[in-house]
Amino acid sequence: MTQAVMERRQVLTFLGALAAAGFVAPQAAFANWDKTAFDAKTMDDALKALGAGTPANSGDVQIVASDIAENGAVVPVQAVSRLPNTERIAILVEKNPNMLAAAFDMAPDTIPEVTARIKMGQTSNVTVLVKADGKFYAASKEIKVTLGGCGG
Amino acid sequence: MGNPMKIRASAKDGVTEIKILMSHEMETGQRKDANGTVIPAWFINEITAKLDGKTVMQAQWGPSISKNPYLAFKVKGGKAGDKVSVTWVDNRGDTRTDEAAVT
Repeated sequence: MTQAVMERRQVLTFLGALAAAGFVAPQAAFANWDKTAFDAKTMDDALKALGAGTPANSGDVQIVASDIAENGAVVPVQAVSRLPNTERIAILVEKNPNMLAAAFDMAPDTIPEVTARIKMGQTSNVTVLVKADGKFYAASKEIKVTLGGCGG
Repeated sequence: MGNPMKIRASAKDGVTEIKILMSHEMETGQRKDANGTVIPAWFINEITAKLDGKTVMQAQWGPSISKNPYLAFKVKGGKAGDKVSVTWVDNRGDTRTDEAAVT
């Protein structure tokens, strides 16, 4: 048995012990899921966690949604980017307990238009954040909610 | 395992439109039951969609995606008969993969 194999085994045992002891949250098992960004409670924190800083407002970013959502539990939103080389589109709801609703990573052949349904606790600005060519752009739209979607 | 997803994919004028309807509770972790106990969060947090074996979309979701999530997007290329495969993983580590053919 080589030393490398030994070391790996020790590391695995160590991680296993951590998980068993409850030090590692179940979410930590998914390396890709950006916990910091999804846990962010303020717009600044969410943008920081996404690496966006202060995104420029852009007319090439569009939010297609109705002005009034009757049911906050199901608000259809389409996020569209007309910017070349769009790599990522994120949807953020300013007044939700956690701003970030979703982040979509596109392959080069994927047209940067995504439709999803989000929950909104109350009337709020919804921001679409687009990463294109390594730069960040954003657009916001207020959606009025007549019946909240996050209550009990 | 969860219930099967509904996947519709259609190719038209060199663009394939993929629509996915997933079956999931998407519990936010904000709600309380009748006894005032917080219902733990339970939601899909990662989605991977492939067209003809190539990853075309990877998404990360938080709990503010609606119950029984819907996702639609378009991809350049693709033709009738190509395989669309979608996989989700939820925050409990449950996962499900479904496939459909482009029409």
